Amino acid sequence: MAVLAPPSGIVGAPRLRPQWVTLLGAAVRTRRGAIGVSLAGSVVLMAVIGPFVAPYSPDQTVTFPFAGPSSQYLLGSDQLGRDVLSRVLAGGWELLLMALAATVFGVLIGAAAGISAAYLRGRIDGLIMRTVDVLLAFPQLVFALLLVSIIGPKIWLIIVAVGFTHAPAVARVIRSAALEVTERDYVKSVELQGVRPAKVMISEILPNLVSPLMVESGLRFTYSIVLMAGLSFLGFGLPPPAPNWGYMIQENRIGLSLNVWAVAVPAILIALLTIGINTFTDSVARVAIGVESRPEEALIEEEGIRE
Amino acid sequence: MTLDSGSIGPLADTGPVRLEVKDLRIELGSSHAEVVGDVSFSVHAAELFGLVGESGSGKTTVALALLGHARRGLNISAGEILLDGANLLDLKPGELRELRGAKVAYVPQDPSAALDPTLRIGFQLREALRVHPGAVDDLESRVTEVLRESKLESTPEMLKRYPHQLSGGQQQRVALAMAFACRPSLIVLDEPTTGLDVSTQRHVLETVRSMCRSYGVAAVYVSHDLAVVGGLVSQVAVMYAGRVVEIGPTEQVFRLPVHPYTRGLLAAVPSPERAEVLTGIEGHPPRPGQKPKGCAFARRCSYALDACFVERPVPIGIGDRLVRCLRAREIENESHAARVAVPAATAGHGEPMLKLRGLDASYGRQRVLFGVDLDVYPESCTAVVGESGSGKTTLARCIVGLHPNWTGEMAFEGNILANGARRRQKGVLKQIQYIFQNPYTSLNPRKTINQILSEPLEHFFRISADERRARVIRVLEDVSLGTDFLGRYPAQLSGGERQRVAIARAIVVEPDLLVCDEVTSALDVSVQAATVEVLRRLQHERSLAMLFITHNLALVRSIAQSAVVLCEGRIIEIGSVEEVLEHPKEPYTVRLIEDVPKLAEVGSAPEA
Repeated sequence: MAVLAPPSGIVGAPRLRPQWVTLLGAAVRTRRGAIGVSLAGSVVLMAVIGPFVAPYSPDQTVTFPFAGPSSQYLLGSDQLGRDVLSRVLAGGWELLLMALAATVFGVLIGAAAGISAAYLRGRIDGLIMRTVDVLLAFPQLVFALLLVSIIGPKIWLIIVAVGFTHAPAVARVIRSAALEVTERDYVKSVELQGVRPAKVMISEILPNLVSPLMVESGLRFTYSIVLMAGLSFLGFGLPPPAPNWGYMIQENRIGLSLNVWAVAVPAILIALLTIGINTFTDSVARVAIGVESRPEEALIEEEGIRE
Repeated sequence: MTLDSGSIGPLADTGPVRLEVKDLRIELGSSHAEVVGDVSFSVHAAELFGLVGESGSGKTTVALALLGHARRGLNISAGEILLDGANLLDLKPGELRELRGAKVAYVPQDPSAALDPTLRIGFQLREALRVHPGAVDDLESRVTEVLRESKLESTPEMLKRYPHQLSGGQQQRVALAMAFACRPSLIVLDEPTTGLDVSTQRHVLETVRSMCRSYGVAAVYVSHDLAVVGGLVSQVAVMYAGRVVEIGPTEQVFRLPVHPYTRGLLAAVPSPERAEVLTGIEGHPPRPGQKPKGCAFARRCSYALDACFVERPVPIGIGDRLVRCLRAREIENESHAARVAVPAATAGHGEPMLKLRGLDASYGRQRVLFGVDLDVYPESCTAVVGESGSGKTTLARCIVGLHPNWTGEMAFEGNILANGARRRQKGVLKQIQYIFQNPYTSLNPRKTINQILSEPLEHFFRISADERRARVIRVLEDVSLGTDFLGRYPAQLSGGERQRVAIARAIVVEPDLLVCDEVTSALDVSVQAATVEVLRRLQHERSLAMLFITHNLALVRSIAQSAVVLCEGRIIEIGSVEEVLEHPKEPYTVRLIEDVPKLAEVGSAPEA
């Protein structure tokens, strides 16, 4: 074997993008994914630019309580006579940011626990997973309520409490996905070099869990929103007068017959957001297992892999 | 293969034509790019027809089309598949379903995946007959009969077993029995022996042949292994990039191949008789939709002229053959390239580098290795051969530190080796490197080739980034891959390229001992040849000691100097390769050697 021409067949092949970009891109291109993104995207967009376009200050009493919709106050007013539209526009971003932070926190802890359990096995696996079992025995909301009622409603605490309640479920899912990865030869190969377990987990196993992690994150994000709205509704969220969709539902329900929009609009927005994210997450999961992958790629893989 | 080969020719021509494929074209549903095109062949009753080619040649796609099936994303867009005169591409889905299993049967590559693990063998066999009620008169007697014909015990106990209670060979026989149960006209076998070791393979092949004979069944046998096909079929079609490049009687095609691709494939087949330099075919087939204008093989062809890149060749008749090559007539008269003998290397000398004494290993309570003594000498290659289950992979894993559950003594360059990799010194871990069997699982799919090769360097050496990059580039050249591979991911590489990256990862840290565990068993023959040649050259250039684990005795000759035969966890024979292969002492070794499919036994073999 003297001279070798470079195999010109794939010289022009495009460089692979990071897997999460590919996955997101492929998911958006499916019908299901596009619907999900447009639903969730429009709510997020509203929450982000809302505070800047709100016609009134959200805390300012502008008319009598529970006024019906009018040309001046499009969605009417709430129990203190504040403009509902302005409160809806201003009350979203905080909820979104807090839900995002809680999701990141929960998925990080859960993934770390799940990967450690799967890779280290033995006693550590037992210890982590039995702890997970115990934590899973508490309903999420009750657990979060417990923490918040002991320490009091603080932004960081709500984030930590909600995030922490996600961790056990994430750990379960990630552990089972990671178990399969830990058995692969490339993991064995770095073990043979004597690489530290922490590095094996971060650099070999974690990158191969991108798709379950993405699906989990999407799912947990919707749960975070629902949980936080729920906490606010129960009065354990951030104290008034800060506008908040969850709290709006709670404080305005007494005037439901007078101005239904003060309750319905925040509820609908929360619903649209969670449905949108869930739909999108679903499409990511489908793309990830190849249900909606492109047939050409599937063909090449099948023809190429033979044992 | 010493199958009874004298009767192939005459019998094949007498039977009626069972299957006729005319101008079959299969394309991608989305882009209409051709996957398979202009495929025509016919198979007579009681004839075995071979369809050979590398992965990606379209042979499995054609095989599935014979059942009227196209994989998701593919369309059978033109052509006819006439089974006993009727075109099965005209059938409605319901009619096709009745046909499958009854008139056309399929034997898959991997029986352990094809049999339902939750159902008893008996149920699965009867089910095949029950869905086609008209096929046989008496269901129970047919079950017993077909079990006997496929050389399985036809006892009630057998029928009560679950697939996992059978060996790989038995599972494949069950799959055969299911396929033959309804007495089909055509049977499609898709690499049915790929996962089996040589002895089992030989027995399964004999069964296939006798069953096709006795029923007058036309059989299409798909395989990448030319040695297997050569001993089995009477007509053969060589496929490349979705087209048949050479088709004709096996004996002619294999003895005097004309198409450069066929020549390349045959040159890649190792022989247990001679120590030869194996030549693979570099590069890989074009992907569907990326086929060049002219001959699809031109880029890899040493005979290619300028015209080959422009003009698409049409089949040219040479004897009883059709060859799709512009230069077929010229090449026909050129002699088939002679094989080059491997330069003689001296077997082990001096102090052994690796010394095993009384090694016992077990999985849980089951003992796998019994008192293994083994010496591996510096600068020499020792082959460990044995059937699956003989403990050869366990032996390799004990040595490299993946399997810590062993007792006995293991010394490397005079130092005792600890039981698992975690308990060994960094220096020893660097000196002994392991190459895994399957390159599809041994490279992290989320890392670029550059990362895969740089990381061991980062781990073992304190060198600058520039030095690291230089070494990575050098090692890529050593395994005959260019620098344009640096930024790619494993998914963009073919199996052979992946295995070379795996080899590069092992040698980039400059080890003293390389342990290769069945490194070519997941690869095509042509790719196997190139891979073995890379290993042989590296071992020689870098004065490596090598332990080459394989079930393929034919390979041993081309790479190793000494050989060890492992049988049920014990070493039964040890010596130089010549001694072991030419004057085996143990009946087990004799049988292993006899069972290796050999190209020299193709057809009626008029010359010695």
